[in-house]
Amino acid sequence: MKKKLLSAAALMSASVLVLAGCAAESESEPAATVTVTAADGTETTETVEALSGSILVDGSSTVGPASEVAAELFMETEPGVRVSVNISGTGGGFEKFCNGETDASNASRFIKESEEEACLANGVSYDFVTVANDALSVVVNKDNPLQCISIEQLSVMWNQDASGTIMKWGDVPGMPAEIADIDIQLYGPGTDSGTFDFFTEEVNGDSGNIRNDYINIGEDDLLAVQGVSGGIGAMGFIPYSYYQENLDTVKALEIDGGSGCIAPTLENVQNLSYAPLGRGLFTYFSDTALARPEVVAFAEFLVNETELINTTAGYVGLTPAQQTEALAKIAVLAGK
Amino acid sequence: MALGVNPGLFLNNPSSFRPEEAGYRPAILGTIQLIGGVILIIVPLGISAATYLELFADRTRWYNRIIELNIQNLAGVPSIVFGILGLAFIVRGIFDLGFVVAAGSMTVAILVLPTVILASREAIRAVPSSLLDGALALGATRLQAVRKMVLPAAAPGMLTGVILAVARAIGEAAPLLLVGAATFVTFDPNFWDGGYSALPVMIYSYAGRPQEEFHVLAAAGVLVMLVVLFFINSIAVWLRARFERTW
Repeated sequence: MKKKLLSAAALMSASVLVLAGCAAESESEPAATVTVTAADGTETTETVEALSGSILVDGSSTVGPASEVAAELFMETEPGVRVSVNISGTGGGFEKFCNGETDASNASRFIKESEEEACLANGVSYDFVTVANDALSVVVNKDNPLQCISIEQLSVMWNQDASGTIMKWGDVPGMPAEIADIDIQLYGPGTDSGTFDFFTEEVNGDSGNIRNDYINIGEDDLLAVQGVSGGIGAMGFIPYSYYQENLDTVKALEIDGGSGCIAPTLENVQNLSYAPLGRGLFTYFSDTALARPEVVAFAEFLVNETELINTTAGYVGLTPAQQTEALAKIAVLAGK
Repeated sequence: MALGVNPGLFLNNPSSFRPEEAGYRPAILGTIQLIGGVILIIVPLGISAATYLELFADRTRWYNRIIELNIQNLAGVPSIVFGILGLAFIVRGIFDLGFVVAAGSMTVAILVLPTVILASREAIRAVPSSLLDGALALGATRLQAVRKMVLPAAAPGMLTGVILAVARAIGEAAPLLLVGAATFVTFDPNFWDGGYSALPVMIYSYAGRPQEEFHVLAAAGVLVMLVVLFFINSIAVWLRARFERTW
């Protein structure tokens, strides 16, 4: 009887494991054939060793969706490489990255001094590549008549002194009279988010300066869209891609950074006129990761296919000048 | 397909921009491996702990009372706490496994272990004491009596505990997020190496995407998870039926 009991337990777990194993059929990859067009126009076909290995990417929820698209497209050309993308926020990503647990970390701001020290302490050296441009979009409800907002007005609404005092739209100087009596509802990401750091720094002067009674949506930017579309007095700030996916539910305000109202559009971001809320999005790579050919290939793919990746994911791609700069940087990092 | 189910939902890899073709394959395999690992850990550990506490432990000893108290308290600890524990001691720290399926299995196994122990103890208690006493009276040692008489009789109840534990384990997303289940994986997971995903984590990720199509996909994922749960549990129910007997 004892044997039966043991075999029962073994059978149950074994069958589960076997089923998992069956499904994982082997996919051996033949060496890829690459056609190279030389400078003089002649085409040479050479066989290169197919890349293999796994790449762990973590970090910003703003950059994450673009990395996923990139990973998916990359694995179609390099089926031997396994790229997994996780989203734990810019800060959360750097924590793992500086612990040596990930190969690349997505960021919607530059690395902070405290994070740099953590990297240094663990012997992780790194550099970043700009992978996309973003227009941090300030969105309000469709029924809100407001069209343009200045950075000063934004600061009045969002800075830490506003807690408990700036409660209605009428409390903010220069707002249209018809919304003066409406309560302000603010949606913003949590402190692990690079978007949070960037917005508070650009609007309120220093990173982390924010009123304490806004609605914290953590890393889920979609919650801000849902919140803003649900209340006439609501406002939130979200990455350009999330605004693009929800053009019919929320309205983005034009931003007056001192030189007139500028709308968050693709052109305005690329020509840098959407200031100060236009920003670069980065992927940080560690030196040890860039010593591996598959990681270098992925980094180059991110830059070379910027147009395809970013239009698919709803982001603003790199300009040709940015592309050249990024490729040069990767070449240096990879020791080519 | 009958019922309008696209088999790609089970067989395809997920996609970040082609929701109509996206599937749950890596997440299903990840969950099955994860649960397989959980069962391998909780069955021997849970049953031997329950047997010891119920039939061998001397309840007047202070350490046995501490163990009992702890097991009962652990059953009520929020799952995220186990996630932090797993991150500190299994992913990093003592075991240092990294973000792999094995680490996820161990974390979730610790999480559901109290359920198995408590259910197994109930099952052992429900075995008529005449069985044990009779065996002892006939000259069997205590170990023989427990092995040959009590444990087989308690097996169906213990399997019920395992079913309950697996049902809870399969739906856990919070601790897995902490021990490294990634939200975007398009390859089949390996138990000891590389990134992995699991069904609840994947559903959570799809539900938070800006595109409407992914929300539908998240709902479909819940059904996929029910199918997987039903499948794993039906094995356990079948086993339990085999051991069932009346006195």
